[in-house]
Amino acid sequence: MSTLTLSKAINSGLRRAMDDDPKVVLLGEDIGKLGGVFRVTDGLQKDFGAHRVIDTPLAEAGIIGTAVGLAYRGYRPVCEIQFDGFIYPGFDQIVSQVAKLHYRTRGAVKMPITIRVPFGGGIGAVEHHSESPEAYFAHTAGLRVISCSNPQDAHLMIRQAIACDDPVLFFEPKRRYWTKADVDESLALDSFPMGSARIAAAGTDATLVAYGPLVQTALDAATAAADEGISLEVIDLRSLSPIDFDTVEASVRRTGRLVVTHEAQQSFGIGAEIAASITERCFYHLEAAPERVTGFDVPYPPAKLEEHYLPDLDRILDAVDRVMGRPNSLSGQGL
Amino acid sequence: MAAAHLPTTEFDQTDLDGSLEAAAEMAQGEPEAPMVQLLDAEGRRREDPTFGPYATDLDGEALKAFYRDMASVRRFDQEATALQRQGELALWVQLTGQEAAQIGSGRATAPQDYIFPTYREHGVALTRGVDMSELLKLFRGVANGGWDPTATNFHLYTLVLAAQVPHAVGYAMGIQRDQKMDAALAPAATVAYFGDGASSEGDVHESMVFAASYKAPVVFFCQNNHWAISVPFEVQSRIPLSNRAQGYGFPGIRVDGNDVIAVHAVTKWALERARAGEGPVLIEAFTYRLGAHTTADDPTKYRHSAEEDAWRAKDPLLRLEKYLRSEGLADDAFFAEVAEEGKQLAAYVRKATLEMANPDIRSAFANVYAQAHPLVEEETAWFEKYEAGFTDAEGENA
Repeated sequence: MSTLTLSKAINSGLRRAMDDDPKVVLLGEDIGKLGGVFRVTDGLQKDFGAHRVIDTPLAEAGIIGTAVGLAYRGYRPVCEIQFDGFIYPGFDQIVSQVAKLHYRTRGAVKMPITIRVPFGGGIGAVEHHSESPEAYFAHTAGLRVISCSNPQDAHLMIRQAIACDDPVLFFEPKRRYWTKADVDESLALDSFPMGSARIAAAGTDATLVAYGPLVQTALDAATAAADEGISLEVIDLRSLSPIDFDTVEASVRRTGRLVVTHEAQQSFGIGAEIAASITERCFYHLEAAPERVTGFDVPYPPAKLEEHYLPDLDRILDAVDRVMGRPNSLSGQGL
Repeated sequence: MAAAHLPTTEFDQTDLDGSLEAAAEMAQGEPEAPMVQLLDAEGRRREDPTFGPYATDLDGEALKAFYRDMASVRRFDQEATALQRQGELALWVQLTGQEAAQIGSGRATAPQDYIFPTYREHGVALTRGVDMSELLKLFRGVANGGWDPTATNFHLYTLVLAAQVPHAVGYAMGIQRDQKMDAALAPAATVAYFGDGASSEGDVHESMVFAASYKAPVVFFCQNNHWAISVPFEVQSRIPLSNRAQGYGFPGIRVDGNDVIAVHAVTKWALERARAGEGPVLIEAFTYRLGAHTTADDPTKYRHSAEEDAWRAKDPLLRLEKYLRSEGLADDAFFAEVAEEGKQLAAYVRKATLEMANPDIRSAFANVYAQAHPLVEEETAWFEKYEAGFTDAEGENA
C-alpha cells in the first residue's frame, strides 16, 4: 500500500502495464522528457526508452491515426491527448477508424487503443482547457468510455483499459490529479469489472449519480445532506459506455429518487441517457422525476465564471431538495 | 500576373469550351516537372540512369505478366461497371486508365509489406491475391469491408479520404519496433495509397510529418489521376505533388503512371530504401482517370472529351502491347489467351456476386466490440424477441 496522488496512481498503472507487456507503447505531445504537461508519464521514457514512450509531432489526428497502425501491427498504444479541447482534430480518426475497424474487419483486426484525456474544469484554465467531451464518444458504437475519480480506481482502471481488446477513452479528472489516497498496487486487475459502477456511499433517500471530478463533490453533498437528515446514495459510474444500469437501477428501486450530475452540458448528455433509461427500467419505483445537475448549454465560459458554470455542492443539494419535495430554489417557498 | 494562371473552376455555358480547354491544357502537367519514364506512349523503351537499373531484371515473361494483370483488372472493372448498371451493385468505383500505376506498384511489394489502399485500388488488390469478388461486397451492400485484410496484408478500402495514410505510418512504426525486438525479422515496409484529391487532406500532411520524423518505412503512393470527382488537380496543388516531399525532408519522385515498367522500378527502389531503414518516399504516379469518379458521376459535366482522348492515346495497356509485339515477346495467341482469362475472371466475379447472400441481420450486432458488451447483448436480445413476436404458433413467420 502506498499513498499516491491520482496522477501518480495513473503513472504507476502505466508503468505496470508497460512492464507486463512489451507491446504497450505510449504516444503523445510532451510525454517524454517533460513527462506530460500534468507529469502523468513522468520518468517513463527514461525507464522504457524513446521507442516506447514516443514524443510525437503536434498533431492529434496523427497521434490517433498512427496508433491505429500500431494496433494493426499488434501493439497496444496509449495515446495522451494533452487537453480535452484538443481532441477534436483527432475526432475523425477516433469515430470513423478506431471505433469501426474491428467491426469492418469482422474481428480480424483488434484496436486495443487507450486514449487518455485530462478533462473538466475547475483549475482556472484558459479557453479549450476545461471541456467535458465524453458524451461524443459515449454516443459512438465501438468505443468504451471510462472515467476515474480516485487514485485506487485510476491505477486499476488505466491498466484495465490497456488490457482491454477494445478501444477505450480514459477520461482523467484533471482537477483531482493532486488528490492523494492509499493505493494497493497489488490488487488483481479484475478486482472489479471495467464496466462496473461503484457505490461510493450507501444511502436510502435518493440516488446521486456522478463520475470523474464530481464524485468527490457528490460525496461532499452526501455529507452535507446527512446533516439535514437526508441519506444520499452516491454512485460513481466509472464507466460511461457501457453504463452499469443494473447498479443504478437497483439503487433507484431502493431510493425512488434519482439525481445525475456532470460538468458537461446538459442536452443530449450522459445525464439524459441515465434519466431516460432508468425511467424506462423502473418508472413505477420513481417518487419524483429524475433531476440533472450539469454545466449549462453554453460554451465553457471564461475561468472567472466557471464556479457558476460547474455543478457544485449547493446546486446538487438543491436538486436533491427538488426530488425530495422539499423547499428549493424553484419551489417559490424560499429556502 | 498570377491570376492569369488560375484555373477556372466555375464554368458557365458561354465560356465552357474555353475554360475546359484551359483545364485540359493544364492537366497535361507542368512541363518543367521531370517525370521518370521507361516506356513511352509509343511503346518505346527510354533510358533512365537512376531507375533504369531497377528494370533490368524484367524479362519478357515478367512484362507479359504485367500485361496479363492490367488486362485482367480492366476486364474486371468493366464487369463490375456492368453489374452496377444492371442493379447488382449500388455503386462502382472505376479504375480504367490507372492499371499501370496499380499493377506496377503492387507487383513491387513483398508479401510481408502491408498495403493501405483507398477505394480504387482493384489492381493492387489483384497483385496481393485478394479474391476479386470480395471487392464487390462493399459495393453490393453485404459488408462494410469484404475480405480478411490480414490474409493478404491488404487493408480494407477506406472511404474517408486519406484516413488510411496515418495507419500506414503507424504500422511502419510498428515494424520498426518489431525489428528492434527481433533483428532476424524480414525487413518490411508499408504502402499508403491516396489520390490527388486526398493529398489536400490534413491526414496526409500529418502522416508525412510523422513518417519523416521517425524515418518510418513507408512509401506514399499518390495516383494523380487529375480529377477529384469534378475538381481538377490544379485546385489541389500548384506544384507537382512529388515536390511536396522536399518540404518534409524525404525524396519525391514523379513517375509516368501509365508506364508499368517505370512505376514498378520506382516503387521497387522506394520499398528497398524504406525496408533498409532509409525512410519514406513520396511517389506521384502521373496518370488519368479515364472513366467517371464512380458510376454515379458524369464527367461530361466538367471535362472535355478531347482531354480524355489525349489520355487514351497514352493508354498503359496499348503501349505495353506495342512494345511486346515490336520486340517479338508476345503474339496474337498470347493476347487472345489474356482476353480469355479476363473473360473467365469476369464470369467468376459475376457468378460470385449474384450468389452473394444477404447477411443475417444478427451479424449487424457482431464484432462491434471484441469483448462482451451489455448494451449490444441487450439490443440483440430485444431484436430477437421482437422478431419472434411475428412468428405464429406453427413457427411460420407471419
